[in-house]
Amino acid sequence: MFHFSNIVRTKGDPKILEGGPSLKRPEDQLARALGWFSIGLGAVEFLAPRRITATLGMEGHETLVRAFGVREILAGIMSLSVDKNAGLWARVGGDGLDAAALLSGLTSDNPKKSNIALALLMVGGIAMLDYRAAQDTRPRRPPREARRKLYPNRSGFPKGLENARSGAKQIAAHPMPERS
Amino acid sequence: MKALVWHGKEDIRCDSVTDPEIQDPRDAIIKVTSCAICGSDLHLFHNFIPGMLPGDIMGHETMGEVVEVGSGVDGKLKKGDRIVVPFTIICGECDQCKRGNFSVCETTNRKRHLAEKVFGHSCAGLFGYTHLTGGYPGGQAEYLRVPYADATHIKVPAGIPDEQLLFLSDIFPTGWQAAVQCDIEPTDTVAIWGCGPVGQMAIRSAILLGANQVIAIDCLPERLSMAEAGGATTINFETESVVERLNELTDGKGPEKCIDCAGMEAHVMASQPDTLLDRAKQMVMLESDRPHVLREMIYVCRPGGIISVAGVYSGFSDKMPMGAFMNKGLTMRTGQTHVNRWTDDLLRRIEQGEIDPSFVITHTVPLSQGPEMYQVFRDKRDSCVKVVLKP
Repeated sequence: MFHFSNIVRTKGDPKILEGGPSLKRPEDQLARALGWFSIGLGAVEFLAPRRITATLGMEGHETLVRAFGVREILAGIMSLSVDKNAGLWARVGGDGLDAAALLSGLTSDNPKKSNIALALLMVGGIAMLDYRAAQDTRPRRPPREARRKLYPNRSGFPKGLENARSGAKQIAAHPMPERS
Repeated sequence: MKALVWHGKEDIRCDSVTDPEIQDPRDAIIKVTSCAICGSDLHLFHNFIPGMLPGDIMGHETMGEVVEVGSGVDGKLKKGDRIVVPFTIICGECDQCKRGNFSVCETTNRKRHLAEKVFGHSCAGLFGYTHLTGGYPGGQAEYLRVPYADATHIKVPAGIPDEQLLFLSDIFPTGWQAAVQCDIEPTDTVAIWGCGPVGQMAIRSAILLGANQVIAIDCLPERLSMAEAGGATTINFETESVVERLNELTDGKGPEKCIDCAGMEAHVMASQPDTLLDRAKQMVMLESDRPHVLREMIYVCRPGGIISVAGVYSGFSDKMPMGAFMNKGLTMRTGQTHVNRWTDDLLRRIEQGEIDPSFVITHTVPLSQGPEMYQVFRDKRDSCVKVVLKP
């Protein structure tokens, strides 16, 4: 990437000699991976719902699969944004919906029930990762009720606020003559 | 040298990079003595403004000492001079510079074709602020090349600490221009949205320009307390209705002058559904800005009033209430600040002790801690309002 971006740099502009430590934590990388996974899965669900329902023996539920695909894509986009924590919690909720939908197809007369069991196992594994990433990427903003430093003495006017106000009033009372 | 380098969304690193070199006779190199993180740097940190590339050096609030000058600087600067570097790079010769419209200098954006595609016309080159504005390396570094240095500088005297002078580079003239654009009259109420560093400067500027009443709007107690110290009546938008309170404070007439110091990343909260919609659209790239403050200003501003926009907007905003804007006969004034238009006056005010802009600094750390401070500033941890970095 630097090789590419250096193409647009002017000769003489500083170039990286040695990189410093990154702010990215492993959980940020995990969130990113889950975000892209979510978009990929969502695209498959949206574009090929019949293949999925046929694999699971749940024919007739294509609209639901499509809707889940849209949900996956939106959660994925959110997981890749600066609001990734909200995206990851949306994924955790989505995992619950996925599991519920799969369980509804786990009936004794379903010839593909072993596929459903496998899918449930995968949803469980991904849900654990989603939950872990959501926990670890919680915003580090201080809670509203946290005690904060206040700055009641920082007026910025060395001669005092009243002096600043009265100085402005004097100028207003004696305006500068308009330029001719 | 060490510099804070953009590597991607939420990824700024303190890297070792090659030293800058004189590229043009009008260049100068400065050894940076102080630099700061600006609220608008957070838009780049979040990658909300397009045009950053991995390897770009951040920063546009910088001052230092001249260590090398090109042959074309023409005696206007010499080694050892102490200068503040305006964030707008100016040639001082084009039609716009001659009119004092320095932030739209016609010469200095070396990638003007990109800006022309996006904005219709190019604006000035800026330090460390995307390739749309020239892709110039920024000043959060140990050294900085100042292009067009014969014009792009503010000479400052010895004897005044960096902390009092540094903000001549951006936030002080930005707050000042925001207030000047309001044509403040002694009977005016000026309402200011956003009490970050630019908002704080706008509050002081409105007081110095003689506003009858200044009202500051934010949700963070530390920022509201600082605004109150500067002479503002405060509104906490999380606990009060902004519209109701503003009407109450102006006998139902609304403030004559409104200043937006929040910009494209307006606070998102469930009680304001438009902010949720904006955030969702911004996430899927259907809208680049979250203009809640603009909408609210248009709604509450007194008919015939002035709206001044100092907060940064990058592209497209939806659901603008143009009906209210037009029928109320409002005037909107905007723009990146024409820094050098104001700095003689502002430097004089600092020298005479009328104002000390260092009041806004809450954190001073070595440059190497810059990446962590981006997070602290973004998350409003430790009551952070303004970060100064020392290379």
